[in-house]
Amino acid sequence: MADATITPGAKPLEPGPLVGWRRYVYATNHKDIGTLYLSFALIASLVGTFLSIAMRLELHEPGLQYFTNPQIYNVFVTAHGLIMIFFVLMPALIGGFGNWMVPIMIGAPDMAFPRLNNLSFWFLVSSFTLFCSSLFFPGAPGSDGAGTGWTLYPLLSTKGHPGPSVDFVILSLHLAGASSILGAINFIATILNMRAPGMTMHKMPLYVWSILITAFLLVLALPVLAGAITMLLVDRNFGATFFNPEGGGDPILFQHLFWFFGHPEVYIMALPAFGIISTVIATFAGKSIFGYLGMVYAMVSIGFIGFIVWAHHMFTVGLNANTQAYFVAASLLIAVPTGIKIFSWVATMWGGSIEFRTPMLWAIGFVFLFTVGGVTGVVLANAGLDRVLHDTYFVVAHFHYVLSLGALFAIFSGWYYWFPKMTGYLLSETIGHIHFWVTFISVNVLFFPQHFLGAAGMPRRIADYPDAFAGWNFVSSLGAYGAACGAVIFFIGMAEAFYRKRPAPANPWGPGATTLEWTLSSPPPYHQFEVQPRIS
Amino acid sequence: MRIRSPLIVIASCLGMSCGVAHAGFGQPSPWQTGLQESDTTVMNALVAFNDHIMLLITLIAGLVFALLVGVMVRFNKRANPTPSKRAGNLPIEVTWTVVPFIIVLVMTIFSYRLLYFEEDVPTADLTVKATGHQWYWDYTYPDNGNFEFSSEMLDDQSRKPGQPRLLAVDNELVVPVNKVVRVRVIGGDVIHSFAVPSFGIKVDAVPGRLNETWFKATHEGTYYGQCSELCGMNHSFMPIAIRVVSEEKFNEWLAYAKNEFGQSARAPSPNKTAAIDKYNRGAD
Repeated sequence: MADATITPGAKPLEPGPLVGWRRYVYATNHKDIGTLYLSFALIASLVGTFLSIAMRLELHEPGLQYFTNPQIYNVFVTAHGLIMIFFVLMPALIGGFGNWMVPIMIGAPDMAFPRLNNLSFWFLVSSFTLFCSSLFFPGAPGSDGAGTGWTLYPLLSTKGHPGPSVDFVILSLHLAGASSILGAINFIATILNMRAPGMTMHKMPLYVWSILITAFLLVLALPVLAGAITMLLVDRNFGATFFNPEGGGDPILFQHLFWFFGHPEVYIMALPAFGIISTVIATFAGKSIFGYLGMVYAMVSIGFIGFIVWAHHMFTVGLNANTQAYFVAASLLIAVPTGIKIFSWVATMWGGSIEFRTPMLWAIGFVFLFTVGGVTGVVLANAGLDRVLHDTYFVVAHFHYVLSLGALFAIFSGWYYWFPKMTGYLLSETIGHIHFWVTFISVNVLFFPQHFLGAAGMPRRIADYPDAFAGWNFVSSLGAYGAACGAVIFFIGMAEAFYRKRPAPANPWGPGATTLEWTLSSPPPYHQFEVQPRIS
Repeated sequence: MRIRSPLIVIASCLGMSCGVAHAGFGQPSPWQTGLQESDTTVMNALVAFNDHIMLLITLIAGLVFALLVGVMVRFNKRANPTPSKRAGNLPIEVTWTVVPFIIVLVMTIFSYRLLYFEEDVPTADLTVKATGHQWYWDYTYPDNGNFEFSSEMLDDQSRKPGQPRLLAVDNELVVPVNKVVRVRVIGGDVIHSFAVPSFGIKVDAVPGRLNETWFKATHEGTYYGQCSELCGMNHSFMPIAIRVVSEEKFNEWLAYAKNEFGQSARAPSPNKTAAIDKYNRGAD
């Protein structure tokens, strides 16, 4: 912040943004950094989607058609998961929309640590570069790339992958983790310290709450991942045996450490999505979110309980029955605050004056589909049932429902909602609606049959399957191709908006849009709220 | 097919609770939407629990769907141009906290019954040991002279007609019907997982850790499963096949097996060793 006093109406001291590439490479403005993150997520999503289409092409029919070395299929599985989580969902939800909207929504001029913000972004780019490099170094004997699954379990990721590929993945994750931890510190400092006068915590928009809680989850969970993968690194390279029973170690230790991070990680992806959905539903129902305090406490509960359920990912490793019993209870408990949120969104719409603009289509889709994903999670939380469903396509269906039909829908909802604000151009409602319906139908055709496959016994992470699974796999693959068409429509819609350049007003959405970004121009000035507004 | 009530029929039409009428015996069948046909005492209990859970979640998802449709029809801008200002209602909020909590509590009780039925291993009539390797299983019979043999997937050339692709193996794990069989499972190199869906069992094969599960098969036949933990290149190609036979047949087989496998204990077949060496050397 400037060290001279700023009086209202005085010109800002800086001459304005840097020009050309320096504006973005040296960016310290939260809006520019948000744009960097969103663009990065878009590019990474092309890679992640390409990988998934390749996998669905292979699974289209029984037999090995393209992946004659099935280890390469395992590499694709691993890359798809890591890219979508660390380089698409998190950068879009937190780095992208978080950076763009949190300072504005709390009436602040920028984030607390703008240069740290820049570092967070470029760490992520380095991380992605390292990860992509890993694909071209030897991994398992006879092939390149890490085919360990995003979960990186030893001993497959240690003695099963003697080549350096897994080391590249580990170092990539270190950087991604550092990027997020620094970003989280930035968000916490910003939200706790820089709110405009009059904006108490209980007047903050729910999106800001969601980012605040997510930031705490990041700060507490990521260091544990860092520890786990560092132990993996020294097991692989420096003769340690943390996870090797031949040296007194235990492969299950890794799983505990990984999932202690891994479970909060899924809430790290879900909570900002919840925040976006709350914002969009309130706007297009024309009324405030029903039960604001309940929503806040629900998110806090989800965040807290999310730390004490990790072993529901480990029900088949041979845990003590009483231990499993505890994790069943704790995991089922999370359904309660999540249900509160779903019902509150419905109650917000109840009595409202709903306009079915594109962002609202995605938000309503989210509410139903996240419920479907959530209830299959309830099924899996029962260890007795998980016995047959663990590591099957039922799990794949569950997490894709909450992520690809949950978090992704929330990203699209936020995208259509905030695109006019960020770019100053309006997106076409028609193309947006087509994008929604093509995607909605396709992803359901893609993932719903996977519940059947999992129940019938089809394992995860397999390149070829017994012939009985051919039917639903064929259907699922068709859904994937449809979803790819949806993605093309999305890019067409953006190109059309940039081509047509329909100017967006400060508030294109009407009186329901009550957060502070809608009081600024579209796009906002380079610096806003240099004098913070007073909130009543 | 177990049809208990019309509601369960509805739930199963939505896909998941009962196996399709012609579900394969011990293996999946085409277009199957539900769990495999049950062939052990544990799986019977599991299927019953699953039926109820699937019904419950279908009702919950159906309720949310109905509410959404209702809200979209009744409270869209044309139908209701002036939005209400109501932003809270304590009785409703308490209800939708307490009722799900009670549902979850009741579910936990039934869930625990299933869990402890699965995990409390009864006194075993027979113990076998399964060791997961890249990419085959070794089965040992410690009660019967500790003979051991390998069980590898049959490739397309070796399979006979009627043997399911990717599931049939050269040497099955043979056990007697209606006896409690305790399976001890361990990993030989990386983590694998021993799973037989129609038995309702799955337990990871972890190096350095001897895990245990059990089953009591109720029908004779051959039952298949697949490795259920990513273990490298041929993870998709190391199935589990259990042949359940009458006690007499089992004793006959034991005599044959002790003779056949007793001498070659613990050493995998020569071509298998060569294949693994070749892999570890990094050859294609």
